[in-house]
Amino acid sequence: MTGAPSEPDRATMLDIYTRANLIYRADEKFRGMIMSGQLQIIYYSPRGQEILSAAMMAALNQDDYLVTTYRGIHDQLAKGIPPRELWAEFAGKKTGTCKGKGGPMHITHPETGVMVTTGIVGSGMPIANGLALASQLAGDGKVTVVCFGDASTNIGAFHEALNMAQIWKLPVIFLCQNNLYGEHTPQAMSTGCKELIDRAPGYGMRAVQVNGNDAFAMYDAAKQAVEHARAGNGPTFIEAKTFRFFGHLLGDDSHYIPAEEMIAAKAADPIPAYRRALLDRQVPEADLDAIDARIKVTIEQAAAYALASDYPDAEEIRIDVLETEIAA
Amino acid sequence: MNAPTTELQKPAKAKRINFTQAINMALDEAMANDPKVFLLGEDIADAQGGGVFTATKGLSTKYGVERVRSTPISEQAIMGAAVGAAIAGYRPVAEIMLMNFITVAMDQVVNHAAKLRFMSGGQTSVALTIRTSTGAGVGFGGQHSDMLEAWFAHVPGMKVVTASNPADAKGLLLSCIEDPDPCLFIENTAAYGQSGPAPEPGYKVPLGKAAVAREGVDVTVIGYGQVIGHALAVAEALEKDGISVEVLDLRTIAPFDEATVLTSVAKTKRAVVVHEAVRKFGVGAEISSLIHEHLFDTLKAPVGRVGSAYSPVPFSPALEKAFLYNRADIEAAIRKTLR
Repeated sequence: MTGAPSEPDRATMLDIYTRANLIYRADEKFRGMIMSGQLQIIYYSPRGQEILSAAMMAALNQDDYLVTTYRGIHDQLAKGIPPRELWAEFAGKKTGTCKGKGGPMHITHPETGVMVTTGIVGSGMPIANGLALASQLAGDGKVTVVCFGDASTNIGAFHEALNMAQIWKLPVIFLCQNNLYGEHTPQAMSTGCKELIDRAPGYGMRAVQVNGNDAFAMYDAAKQAVEHARAGNGPTFIEAKTFRFFGHLLGDDSHYIPAEEMIAAKAADPIPAYRRALLDRQVPEADLDAIDARIKVTIEQAAAYALASDYPDAEEIRIDVLETEIAA
Repeated sequence: MNAPTTELQKPAKAKRINFTQAINMALDEAMANDPKVFLLGEDIADAQGGGVFTATKGLSTKYGVERVRSTPISEQAIMGAAVGAAIAGYRPVAEIMLMNFITVAMDQVVNHAAKLRFMSGGQTSVALTIRTSTGAGVGFGGQHSDMLEAWFAHVPGMKVVTASNPADAKGLLLSCIEDPDPCLFIENTAAYGQSGPAPEPGYKVPLGKAAVAREGVDVTVIGYGQVIGHALAVAEALEKDGISVEVLDLRTIAPFDEATVLTSVAKTKRAVVVHEAVRKFGVGAEISSLIHEHLFDTLKAPVGRVGSAYSPVPFSPALEKAFLYNRADIEAAIRKTLR
């Protein structure tokens, strides 16, 4: 594939903008609340990876399936989870998506297609195959997207899952969000092949490498992969290059990242870059400001809702373990 | 469901089936009853032999290879695909050829299948059945024979089931497939050819309910799977010495039928728990503890435990024999409670 991608229509551009900035503002607010002690949680910031999620999810339908990981708030918000319930779950409250039983690393919200969030590196891929298999068996036309980091490509489940997806031509998209570091270890130190996209041909799988921070390129790659899967042509491996600005988890000082690398990444921050790109395309600044203002209100309300909500009752420990309640 | 029998109908010779046929019957019935049931596992389609133990023979021919899917040798992928399909509303039956092979898919079983209902606050569930085979005595050595039921019984959210006879195998497996929670159904490698009375079509055995395999008054032997046949033989022999042994077949190991266990031991005041798994840290420890907690004051002897030796399953027949529990161990444990 050569040449510039065909650009999405204006509505789609604004849709991507809205999703990306919802993530951006939510992340900013979460970090603020954690640093100020209002929330005591382990937090894996998606800062820097907003655009790729927003563009990917904008190419999906609401009932398409998503499987993601503990660094997944960008994927979940972009997929459409109501911020209030997401915030409440992060705070461990009964009003959360999972009644406070899952927490930040285990978000589920089937109404928006968010089926599994796993805290185990690489585990989502085999499960995504199962969701895609269900769609294939049912002929429901749904596509499953599974998000994971670059380090996940070094775990066995990745290889088993890609192989099975390809032999069964499953409608699944493997979205590798390559932020170049697995916890504290750079890709070159942990991975034998030069580019992660090089792994896919070994399974006979269609593969695309894209700058995930470029909304137009990312949306184009996502849309084509979705069309490919929906048409019954099987899986795609997308390697979306990106970067994370707040390390593996919040509080990590990123000492293992060379300063110049971090400076260069921040200079290419995809959030302001996309705003500039839209302004360059004559999107009125007032329209973007209006979106920003709405998002700010949404986030403030979600945070307040989470703080004001109650914790689950102790009896909940006996519910949802099995279908039948465990006897007291 | 059964057709009414007429007076004129001659009693047919009691039909018998073996474990392989019983399992095949349950799978066939489940697939006929519910289009959401499908099977996946290594070599399970007819073109690959209908399963290494031929338990799925004929099913891919009858229901198609979409619903009876031979897979690559990829246990994590098999289990993950089953978990994902279950979340989306299917009722997959994943065959993991041998129990030791589940160890490479433990993440999918323990971290996902067992926990997703709870972690999602009940929004998703995993109506998954894992069929697997194991057991010592056939010379497979250390990596094809382990009884690991206690590992899974210790994971909240999992059900663990095994049968002592073909009719129960059919009835329990059907219940597992229809159950809304993940079930591990353990088969015995050496026992596929053992036969017993054939169940009627539609026959089901409820999960979580033990069976009194033999009534007695002096001591209760509690076990499951192949243990039951051995325990019944021992009970018969001891009857000649005037010892009346009650034999309880748990059928579901987790969650087990605590009420039936406690009722029986409250009556006999003596108990022996038997399993093929290594005795230390086995299921027997949990059952023994429960009995002591509830009936300590009335017990006439400490609860006995019989299991296999603390060793990997050895290859040499001489060592394998030394490893395995046997009928003499069961008898000795019973007699010890009567001293």
